[in-house]
Amino acid sequence: MKGLRWICLVLSLAIALPAAAVQPDEVLEDPVLEGRAREISKGLRCLVCRNENIDESNADLARDLRLLVRERLLAGDSDTEVVDFVTDRYGEYVLLKPLTTGANWLLWAAGPLMFLLAAGTAVVFLRGRSRAETPVEAGLSTEERARLQAIMAQDDHTA
Amino acid sequence: MITELGHFALVLAFLVAIVQAIVPLIGAARRWPGWMAVAEPAATTQFLLTAFSFGALTWAFVSSDFSLRLVVLNSHSAKPLIYKISGTWGNHEGSMLLWVLILTLFGAMAAWFGGNLPPTLRARVLAVQSAIAVAFFAFILFTSNPFLRLAVPPFDGQDLNPLLQDPGLAFHPPFLYLGYVGLSMAFSFAVAALIEGRVDAAWARWVRPWTLAAWIFLTIGIALGSWWAYYELGWGGFWFWDPVENASFMPWLFAAALLHSAIVVEKREALKSWTVLLAILAFGFSLIGTFIVRSGIITSVHAFANDPERGIFILMILAVFTGGALTLFAARAQALEAKGVFGMVSRESALVVNNILLAVSAMVVFVGTVWPVVAELAFDRKLSVGPPFFDMAFTPFVIALALILPVGAMLPWKRGNLRRTMLPLWPVLGLSVALGGLAYALRTGDSAAGPLGVLLGVWVLGGAMVDLWRRTGRGAGRMGRLTRLARADWGKAVAHGGLGITIFAICALVAWQEEDIRVAYPGEPFTVGRYDLILHDVTTERGPNYVAEVAEVHVFTNGRELTRLFPEKRNYPVARMPTTEAAIDYRVLRDLYVVVGDRQNDGGWTMRTYIKPFANWIWAGCLIMALGGALSLSDRRFRVAAGARKAPSAGVPAE
Repeated sequence: MKGLRWICLVLSLAIALPAAAVQPDEVLEDPVLEGRAREISKGLRCLVCRNENIDESNADLARDLRLLVRERLLAGDSDTEVVDFVTDRYGEYVLLKPLTTGANWLLWAAGPLMFLLAAGTAVVFLRGRSRAETPVEAGLSTEERARLQAIMAQDDHTA
Repeated sequence: MITELGHFALVLAFLVAIVQAIVPLIGAARRWPGWMAVAEPAATTQFLLTAFSFGALTWAFVSSDFSLRLVVLNSHSAKPLIYKISGTWGNHEGSMLLWVLILTLFGAMAAWFGGNLPPTLRARVLAVQSAIAVAFFAFILFTSNPFLRLAVPPFDGQDLNPLLQDPGLAFHPPFLYLGYVGLSMAFSFAVAALIEGRVDAAWARWVRPWTLAAWIFLTIGIALGSWWAYYELGWGGFWFWDPVENASFMPWLFAAALLHSAIVVEKREALKSWTVLLAILAFGFSLIGTFIVRSGIITSVHAFANDPERGIFILMILAVFTGGALTLFAARAQALEAKGVFGMVSRESALVVNNILLAVSAMVVFVGTVWPVVAELAFDRKLSVGPPFFDMAFTPFVIALALILPVGAMLPWKRGNLRRTMLPLWPVLGLSVALGGLAYALRTGDSAAGPLGVLLGVWVLGGAMVDLWRRTGRGAGRMGRLTRLARADWGKAVAHGGLGITIFAICALVAWQEEDIRVAYPGEPFTVGRYDLILHDVTTERGPNYVAEVAEVHVFTNGRELTRLFPEKRNYPVARMPTTEAAIDYRVLRDLYVVVGDRQNDGGWTMRTYIKPFANWIWAGCLIMALGGALSLSDRRFRVAAGARKAPSAGVPAE
């Protein structure tokens, strides 16, 4: 189901032979620091790929970004500082988890708002249903009576 | 010659579709039986013509007819036969032809098995179905013709994208299309019902099997795609919230909601207008999915055709059908008065909550998918919406759904009592909390997803079992009654159980996966989790249309050899693309997943090793869900409805 990968592959192939995702030489010695690097990488987009984070991407640019993230961590930056550092250079496009600023609140609030709206509508509807009178079983309408007669007549005809 | 006949058949099918979209509709409005009767032979003819056309294209691929532009672009004479066949739909034009083939097949099936429908309803359903076909025939003939010839045919083709040369992916598109297009039947029934101004239990009984079938195919199609991503892409990811995946997931969610609301219409004659709306939305989102994939507006690599002209055409189809149906809905929904009366605590209410959660979660996926486009057009912001957003925004709805599912599934119709319904469920709830707590205690410090997955999985699966057991009543002979329960009851329990398994497996994999990345040297063992691995050797081998570097990895546990794995790195010279072929040791409780990377200067090889707990359970759960759907589809009430139509045809008219 993952189509985007191949464009990424083709793109990276145009530059150099692909190196697959995180390379052994990139891994930091401190496992805690490396764990933080992996977590941060999963939230950053490989800019030349379509919809892939830099942790999984094979592109050279993704490797550069991975190294940059680790460099900043070694320099003592906190996780947010690293992300801000990358965002300053590449813009918010690089963030796979969109910011909540500006119009983006609409994106984040869409789920809860729609849920409240739907739940409100449903409560009103369910109230109505539970209070509604049980409909009296009416006999056949004139239209239905006519249809029944037509069907009976047809049966007589075919029999 | 065959190619030209195929092209001609397609044009003929287009013309037949136009007739079928107009004549029966007029016939139904005027009550002219002759005009209404046009629909059935037309639907059959349309299907046969399209099938011939599709067969002609397949033949061109199988015989490697490189005078055909499409074959040159997507095939190669050295390709294995199965991928020559699957290459027919591994491209934009061919896949659209498959799409209409399935569309006309569904139309023809409605004509063949629709004998017991009221004649006006049948005529209208077939006309609406054919109107959709008209739009897509026009789309193929005017913008995406697969039968274009080349003036100077080359000696060989350019090969199919190697990632698509895989058994999992060869059959992934047909299943997805069966699902997408299957929802067109629900749509046609909904529109026909709106024209008739009549929705009743019989209507719901007709819509449900089509929706169920579509949902089963979508489930299998999505599972196949996800499984393919898991073993083919080289690191074992199974879901990426990619626009194209979302395009298939939204109709799946709506179809699931429709399945459940149609039950309420069938059993209680309530939620009529909502069910009609869902039927329109489900197919509408199939069309939106097609638009997303084909227009390239939301860039994703799956997009075969990043072509604005085609995009606009599909957008028009979407606008006409969804917009038209919704307008009709707004005008006619009042005519569908609700009958059933039920209390706040009842099965009906539970199904309403189910519908809200499914529909809202589908809309969340939709908003997240289109937001980058909206933000760029409306707010001039270039941004990404990726997996972290979807994980956060979507997951709460699934958790809520899983929590209410066992209770809702057991509430009685009309009026229920929560305390009484919960009585048999308390032990299951206790067990799931205990096991979740145990998982938490054993793996402290890991992600919270693990214990949560155990809790939800056991709760949903156990709830489904209790539900089934309760249906057998009291006293002796319960086991016997269990085997004689209606297939629909079994289907419900099995499908819900499958959902529980999938939820558990996804959480377990996300929380407990182990990973090792290193440079491995031939002959030097290394340890990952409980396993010792040795890279034995790397050799170069030649496949039919690729060259591969094959690593031989020996796996030991407790000093005993467990298995040998052969991960590959392939290079397809014609398509000029490398692929990784992971080697996976599949076991019930975990997969051992080994990938070989590049050769290092010092003679070592990059190796990635993953231990993936319960990985297979994800797709096993999906298949169990599909199986549950199939059981429900084979329920007696649908078979009886299908058989009933045979009776009158036995009688000979006494003229």
